[in-house]
Amino acid sequence: MPKRTDIKRILLIGSGPIVIGQACEFDYSGSQAARALRKEGYEVILVNSNPATIMTDPITADRVYLQELTPESIRRIVEKERPDAVLPTMGGQTALNLAAQLHEEGFWEAMGVEIIGVDIEAIQVTEDRQRFRDLMEQIGIDQARSRTARSLLEAKEILQELGGLPVVIRPSFTLGGTGGGIVWTMEEFDRKVTRGLELSPVHQVLIEESVYGWKEYELELLRDANDNVIIICSIENFDPMGIHTGDSVTVAPAQTLTDKQYQRMRDAAIKMMRSIGKFAGGCNVQFAVEPHTGRMIAVEINPRMSRSSALASKATGYPIAKVAARLAVGYTLDELPNDVTGTTSACFEPSIDYVVVKIPRWNFEKFEGVDEELTTQMKAVGEVMAIGRTFPEALQKAWQSLENGYAGLGGDREDPTREEVRARLKKPYWDRTLQIRNAFRLGASVEEIHDITYIDPWFLYQIEDIVKIERELERRTLDQLDADFLRLVKQYGFSDVQIAYLLQGNVSEEDVRARRKALGITPTFQLVDTCAAEFPAQTPYYYSTYETENESEVTDHEKVIILGAGPNRIGQGIEFDYCCVHGVLAAKEMGYETIMINCNPETVSTDFDVADKLYFEPVFWERVLDIIEHENRHGKLKGVIVQLGGQTALKLARKLHEHGIPILGTSFPMMDLAEERSKFSALLRELEIPYPPYGAARTVVEAVEVAERIGYPILIRPSYVLGGQGMRIAINKEEVERYVRNILKLLPDNEILLDLFLENGIEVDVDAACDGEEVWIAGIMQHIEPAGVHSGDSTAVLPPFSLSEEVLNTIRRYTEDIARRLQVVGLINVQMVVKDNVVYVIEANPRASRTMPFVAKATGVPVAKIGTQLMLGRKLREFREAGLLESKLRGYAIKEPVFSWDKFPEVPKELGPEMKSTGEAIAFVETLTDEHFRRPYAIRNLYLSR
Amino acid sequence: MIPLLHPTPDPCKLALADGTVVTGIAIGHRGETGGELCFNTSMTGYQEILTDPSYYGQIMMMTYPHIGNYGVMDIDMEAARPMVAGLVVRAFSHRYSNRLADGSLEDWMRRYELVGISGVDTRRLVRHIRTKGVMNAVISSIDLDDEHLVEKARRLPSMNGLELASYVMTEQPYDFCTGPGPRIAVFDYGCKLNILRMFQARDCTVRVFPGYTPLNEVMAWEPDGLFFSNGPGDPRAMPQAIEQVRAAIRTGLPLFGICLGHQLMALALGFKVYKMYVGHRGANHPVKNLRTGRVEVTTQNHGFAVEAESVDPREAEVSHINLNDQTVEGLRFKSFAGLSVQYHPEASPGPHDSRYLFDEFLELVAAHRPATTPQLARV
Repeated sequence: MPKRTDIKRILLIGSGPIVIGQACEFDYSGSQAARALRKEGYEVILVNSNPATIMTDPITADRVYLQELTPESIRRIVEKERPDAVLPTMGGQTALNLAAQLHEEGFWEAMGVEIIGVDIEAIQVTEDRQRFRDLMEQIGIDQARSRTARSLLEAKEILQELGGLPVVIRPSFTLGGTGGGIVWTMEEFDRKVTRGLELSPVHQVLIEESVYGWKEYELELLRDANDNVIIICSIENFDPMGIHTGDSVTVAPAQTLTDKQYQRMRDAAIKMMRSIGKFAGGCNVQFAVEPHTGRMIAVEINPRMSRSSALASKATGYPIAKVAARLAVGYTLDELPNDVTGTTSACFEPSIDYVVVKIPRWNFEKFEGVDEELTTQMKAVGEVMAIGRTFPEALQKAWQSLENGYAGLGGDREDPTREEVRARLKKPYWDRTLQIRNAFRLGASVEEIHDITYIDPWFLYQIEDIVKIERELERRTLDQLDADFLRLVKQYGFSDVQIAYLLQGNVSEEDVRARRKALGITPTFQLVDTCAAEFPAQTPYYYSTYETENESEVTDHEKVIILGAGPNRIGQGIEFDYCCVHGVLAAKEMGYETIMINCNPETVSTDFDVADKLYFEPVFWERVLDIIEHENRHGKLKGVIVQLGGQTALKLARKLHEHGIPILGTSFPMMDLAEERSKFSALLRELEIPYPPYGAARTVVEAVEVAERIGYPILIRPSYVLGGQGMRIAINKEEVERYVRNILKLLPDNEILLDLFLENGIEVDVDAACDGEEVWIAGIMQHIEPAGVHSGDSTAVLPPFSLSEEVLNTIRRYTEDIARRLQVVGLINVQMVVKDNVVYVIEANPRASRTMPFVAKATGVPVAKIGTQLMLGRKLREFREAGLLESKLRGYAIKEPVFSWDKFPEVPKELGPEMKSTGEAIAFVETLTDEHFRRPYAIRNLYLSR
Repeated sequence: MIPLLHPTPDPCKLALADGTVVTGIAIGHRGETGGELCFNTSMTGYQEILTDPSYYGQIMMMTYPHIGNYGVMDIDMEAARPMVAGLVVRAFSHRYSNRLADGSLEDWMRRYELVGISGVDTRRLVRHIRTKGVMNAVISSIDLDDEHLVEKARRLPSMNGLELASYVMTEQPYDFCTGPGPRIAVFDYGCKLNILRMFQARDCTVRVFPGYTPLNEVMAWEPDGLFFSNGPGDPRAMPQAIEQVRAAIRTGLPLFGICLGHQLMALALGFKVYKMYVGHRGANHPVKNLRTGRVEVTTQNHGFAVEAESVDPREAEVSHINLNDQTVEGLRFKSFAGLSVQYHPEASPGPHDSRYLFDEFLELVAAHRPATTPQLARV
């Protein structure tokens, strides 16, 4: 069936602010869907409250509503826009739930709006545990066995039936599953059952077979209106059942299933999808497999785009969201081409000839007192994906992508002690893959590690092989590295940093690189082609490995490389991906060949049709340099953009500079001047700009001296960190001692900065751009919360609501002076505090800021694009003359932080200099009497702590 | 090479007839082997592929890098022994993980004296074949002289015009299973076991005859339907089998052919079969059923195909096409009751989307059987 012509206008619902469990993967799916639908000639109406998204850009949709995601706002938009259809599968559970709720009210029907891409019935069945169970039973799909007990005696009978401990106890009808959980011992069983029977208002408990430790799998499905179903990707969880899949290390494709097992799973998945409705769209199905018997049970099914479908898209190259959107408007799979090959059909199942590893990224250090054990409740804030020809290579590359100081899976620092490893391995923690490697280093066997972790031995063998290579490296000196062995080492994903550390003698990363190149061992770049090279492919999507043939052809064009922001984390999230995507588009517009380097599978920047070339690679020095050297072989490298990818990209500026690689825009020495506190203070003094008295220290004693000199309260922070990590406000000497000791424990050898804390000051954020001469202020934001609450956690109002014109002029003048003095070419963000009408400058970041997408959305000015084009030589004058710098904002725009407190019930809700919010929403208000302003204003001091 | 990761790191070489030589590590049996180098893109099911008689005489290169992960299991055999001439992989798993497995792939290869090579850049070789076309190759861990090996590869006979079925077909007729359902006679040119299991699951009585058994001997068994199996080699080099199919058509019994059997049926009607440049080998090929409009994801393993233009519309209609290259994937015959497909509806390895074809064949058989025979329940 060709596309439908009876619908013309489609409403697409986004997923709102980023929270743990629902992150920027929905910007990826939403913008892909919106672009696909527009290309088909449909009018796309988009609603989302998250300003830091590409999907809410004018480039993505015909009309964008930056409004909150509530039934009321959707109703208002629908009444105004009168769409023919609504596509709710691209915005996570938020969008699905909204669609379901409005359906129950009869709203869609009353408005004549058709739901496409999913059936309401499917949403309901998959959200209702009991209905799902019943349905699965009806279609003959096995599930975890269970039975209800009314007494302890009956419970014991059931226990016997289920084959003994462990089992899961679920008291019936208790709020939020109170009193439930897995039990491992008889004592625990007796206690939990008795207590459960008491707690349950109907005095019943469900005794359920435990699937803890079973192997866990996911399949990604697509179906068209003709009921053709294809499986895009299989994913095997390295971490077995018991850890949320969002917190699990996962691998694609499945590694340890025989074909018969895999096909049985495929059949079951298709049957399950068919049982929940006839809709054309995507589904994610999860299974658990008992390793001894091979028994397979269904865990859940999600009839929408998901975190896993984003991963599956990036892992295979198959654009799932785009195809799902086209299926939703009536196309069938056999009518669509495979965009990757351009010559074959989209109706097929991708085959890959590499291994993909995803590792989640957590931010536990942000939450004091948090329980770091990984459970069925997701805690990760982001993830990285790595592609390698083999599992060990992909695993090491994933560790290089995490950007937490590691250069691979260990082997770059002293090993922890036996006791530490034992304690750490007992329970699943974020660094489990590393602790397994450590255990092998200490002589543990595959059996021992399997007994503790239940991880499939095949994966453990692979890690053991990595350790065997480490041992061989330790026996050799640099000169003893022969080509064959070094190639093998590189094929196992080791970075030059790891090799340098492991070799005998004092060897540097540069020494290893030089030796490697002398031996002719350089990476090759292979294509992600959906078909294991069976057909030629056209998409320029590459990964690096150490093979014998290079597939990334270098053109003669002038090139711009854009460094991405890596994994999402608190303080550096989707905002920077937004900036990168705009950077790419802006450079493309000016005729450059754009090359994107990033490793975050949830992003739009890693969509293969954004940049001219995509390298799905760690934003890790060695890998970045490899790509630069490769691309530098022909044509001209105009330069590398480091201003858009947050601190991740900026951190590589020094090395780029040292290697003589051109950095676009603001020069490295000037960036360094802004980053280096003492130099920057000198600059402020020179410009006669006030700043809070400060001092620097390297020891606790020094810190106390500085604090006593400056006075209290005092702000303490490590240098070169992100999102205020480790930042505290101390009110006396004892606190200074304690905080500084903690920081030095976490970040040894770090310089500690101490600033006088301007109590009850008003915090101001300024985003600006400069072409080296002229400065343009894109937006000034006044925070509602007092200084002391991290700017990322503050409610920011644009334009300022209570600053005098005189103060504002000072702010503008200081911004201009600093930008000019730093010879900024591109973007700059300045943070200030206003106290008693004195404006103090706290810091200046010569790069795109977290608030830039908000400013762009609030004012309607494409700030990221302007910033990028300035870096590439354009002048502000050109934009001004074209009228592009004019703000379209009427009234106020408010940036509201959004937190994920519910994921960490043990952590008290407190705000301080350390950022804790995971996302943000935008609200447009006409006057300050609006609730969006009044509510945060009323409680502005409530949560401030240290 | 690297003793630390391989229990016995013997060097090994793979030489192609065009002069390409790559070095790796020997896996399985130490020795030398030769054949046409082909590849398969299926990510699971290596054991089924290695035992598929259609691959007889070919060197199998798996595009998925990790092979051997889950060991081997008796139930995954598609024939009594491996059928490929050799195995090429990127990263061989000496150690496997699967509680239900009967042993490691390494031991299994040694037991059946199957020669293989690991640690080579399979992707480059696939791209090489894709551009240059399939060619013969030699794997050796006993002769490591490049020139010798290339010369040996060059001397191997071309698959073009090669009859191979007689090497893999059963020597004696045997009964595979008995059931209350129709009696199916199988002409074995190298039949995969899972095809027989498909008939078994549908209650059939199945007798397997050597492919070249004279038709009257087969008819003496009083079959209700005739099946022409898959198998290796060039169908154009099998005039005897083509003649047999013609005779079978004259019996009026319903006929079903898979892969080589499909090609033989096409040739029997005067259609043309050609050798493909690369062939289709994988478990992800989309096939459209033109009668229903539905698409099935199929297992494919063929280097020859029926020429679409040569299909006489009076004799047959093209019932299935490949969505990637529009080649003929299935025929439904008009002058007699019968169907044939180029791909493998029995899968193993591969998706189970196409099993309905066995039901369709058995429907033809049921419709043809005398009314006295009781009708059977479908599986």
